[in-house]
Amino acid sequence: MGISETKIESIETDLLIIGGGTSGCLAAVKAREKAPDLDVLILEKAHIERSGCLAAGMNAINAYINPGETPESFVEYVRKDALGLIREDLVLSMAQRLNEVVQDVESWGLPIKKDEDGNYVSRGRWNIKINGEALKPIIASRVKEAGVNVLNRVVVTNYLMSEDNEVIGAIGFGVRDGKCYVVRAGATIIATGGTAGLYKPNNDGSAHHKIWYSPFNTGGGYAMGIRAGAEMTSFEMRFIALRIKDIVAPTGTLALGFGATQVNSLGERFMQDKFADMGAEGAPTPIRVYGPTREVKEGRGPVFMDTTHLTDEEVKELKASYLNMYPDLILYWAANNFDPGKEPIEIEGTEPYLVGGHAQAGYWINTRRETTLKGLYAAGDVAGGAPYKFVSGCWAEGVIAAENAVEYIKNKQESKSEQSDLTKKLWDEYNRIYAPLEREKGVKPREMEERLQKVMDEYAGGVSRYYEMNERELKLALKNIKRLQEQIEFLKADNLHELMNCHEVVDRIDVAEVLVNHLLYRRETRWPAYQTRTDYPGRDDQEWLKFVNSRREQDGVKMLEKSYEKLVK
Amino acid sequence: MGVEVNKDLCTGCKNSSEPVCVKYCPGDLLMIDDEGKAAIRSMEDCWDCMVCVKLCPHKALETKLPYQLADYKARLVPEIYRSKIIWKTEDIEGQCEVFELQTKTEDSA
Ligand SMILES: Cc1cc2nc3c(=O)[nH]c(=O)nc-3n(C[C@H](O)[C@H](O)[C@H](O)COP(=O)(O)OP(=O)(O)OC[C@H]3O[C@@H](n4cnc5c(N)ncnc54)[C@H](O)[C@@H]3O)c2cc1C
Ligand code: SF4
Ligand code: SF4
Repeated sequence: MGISETKIESIETDLLIIGGGTSGCLAAVKAREKAPDLDVLILEKAHIERSGCLAAGMNAINAYINPGETPESFVEYVRKDALGLIREDLVLSMAQRLNEVVQDVESWGLPIKKDEDGNYVSRGRWNIKINGEALKPIIASRVKEAGVNVLNRVVVTNYLMSEDNEVIGAIGFGVRDGKCYVVRAGATIIATGGTAGLYKPNNDGSAHHKIWYSPFNTGGGYAMGIRAGAEMTSFEMRFIALRIKDIVAPTGTLALGFGATQVNSLGERFMQDKFADMGAEGAPTPIRVYGPTREVKEGRGPVFMDTTHLTDEEVKELKASYLNMYPDLILYWAANNFDPGKEPIEIEGTEPYLVGGHAQAGYWINTRRETTLKGLYAAGDVAGGAPYKFVSGCWAEGVIAAENAVEYIKNKQESKSEQSDLTKKLWDEYNRIYAPLEREKGVKPREMEERLQKVMDEYAGGVSRYYEMNERELKLALKNIKRLQEQIEFLKADNLHELMNCHEVVDRIDVAEVLVNHLLYRRETRWPAYQTRTDYPGRDDQEWLKFVNSRREQDGVKMLEKSYEKLVK
Repeated sequence: MGVEVNKDLCTGCKNSSEPVCVKYCPGDLLMIDDEGKAAIRSMEDCWDCMVCVKLCPHKALETKLPYQLADYKARLVPEIYRSKIIWKTEDIEGQCEVFELQTKTEDSA
């Protein structure tokens, strides 16, 4: 199909939400509750019923203020877990809303386990157990009830900007109907999640999408912000997850829910032996990835989580718990005749992702969740500065972003004049969107993705390099990324699904460029494994207890520094 | 590896505007082929989230893990009800296990 066959669909709304994942949906519901006469529209590339990280379900809420804890004690914990550097204002304002949003979602129909006294059953200090197989459908029903408009299967590709750099909507295309959607909005919330697929994954070929983070969250939100000149923060704090080998299932359930500890091939509890001063099994999350990675690198692998103390009853409970969140693990065990009560579970680190809700890569925002672009708010995994959000923190941020976006719309003066060259800009974007469909010959998105992933793996600290990197390698990564950027004009799609894949890889290339610039800039090792610079191996609080930010300008990515502010003692 | 379509069981959901498997796959991987049956665009792009397997009203879909990771013949079959899900597993030796889990609070379902 060619450009001539596509049509433009123009839409006006008050509040536009890009990405109908968990934070986008909560934002939409909150906006309608707060301002029932507001027109709220979600643009979602998949279908909100089962899109994003929650597709398969969840088995716990990982950020909750259990009895005896406070938002302040949460901040203190998160600061320690992120090795001293977080936006305390963001983490605190999120923490203050956690319990309220959890109760809201419970009232919509989420089963949360309770003890005899009616208290939620905790699973570790900040976690509660849920039966979350249907969490996303439950949230999606509430979105419908709240009267939110939803357009599913629309991939958003860029923002619409006003004369004075205000975001006044967005543009994208329908994966089903091929139409070009141009949405003008009073305010916009970006909630597209993080980025998978930047690095070569643990498994390749037929299993290349057997990864932990959603392979369909491909960094669209980060990339749109980068292209529009939004300030981004902490991309260098990548997220690497400690996961069950091959199937890449979460291990938190094992450690927090079932008391499993890490052991190496010699049977040594190396976290206790070597990281006692940092908290042993309770060491900061990056260290819990760095520890086992080092064991393997130094020849003491494989590493395991020891579950052999579990009774048959507990094994059954463990399996049930995974069925709520990662069901294919149970198939994997059945297929390999594996019994976690008899053998320890082998674990490994994943390829690096960018996930603002676990680590803190994302938009630089204020406590109102306002980005540096006027009229644009950010929530969830795409928002930066506040790690340890998990599902509930994403809800809290969605709610905060919605409240402030609604205020912004109410107080807005006459709508700002559109850029005088907006029509030209629109046509440029229209052509950029559909160009891959026009090409007879060229490069398939999968080929370009593989090239990017190889470059990132080898030169920017991927799995094959035990996550380590130095300046020389990073500069080579940048050089290769620049070449890939020049190759984008050869991307070719045979149908609309492949057109989506083309934009996914283009977005990831833009994200990778900013990521490598951040990795180059921080000349210390603050978060081992997440960010290991072999040429600057130590942590240097004197010089580097500060945020590395960036903004893409005409002549390249400009690096900025922002200071750290301590709010909680 | 992805999902296997049992072409005998798949009806193509001709009466609905869009079959649920096509409608809800978070990766847009399912489509209706020339014979009017469900087909996956690329097995390797599947996340194994099992959304389509759970929702197909005719149980025509089954998750097959990539062979590089898992032996042949084990099965995991979900059955969805209003407020619960029943999972049946069968390992490579034919041993079965059944799990029944609540998915929604009774009054909301
Ligand atoms: C496998 C897995 C298990 C997890 N388990 C737990 C758990 O048990 N407990 C817990 O607390 N946390 C858990 N998490 C973390 C939690 O799910 C995430 O932090 C949270 O879902 C992030 O919310 P979000 O709204 O930012 O992103 P998502 O919920 O992923 O939503 C992003 C949405 O944006 C859409 N989108 C992306 N790009 C575009 C575009 N260009 N145009 C339009 N739409 C777009 C996507 O399709 C998606 O719907 C888990 C995560 C994973 C991956
Ligand atoms: S939902 Fe099931 S029966 Fe319907 S088209 Fe899909 S696979 Fe076939
Ligand atoms: S298992 Fe999930 S990703 Fe794979 S085809 Fe089905 S719905 Fe799509």
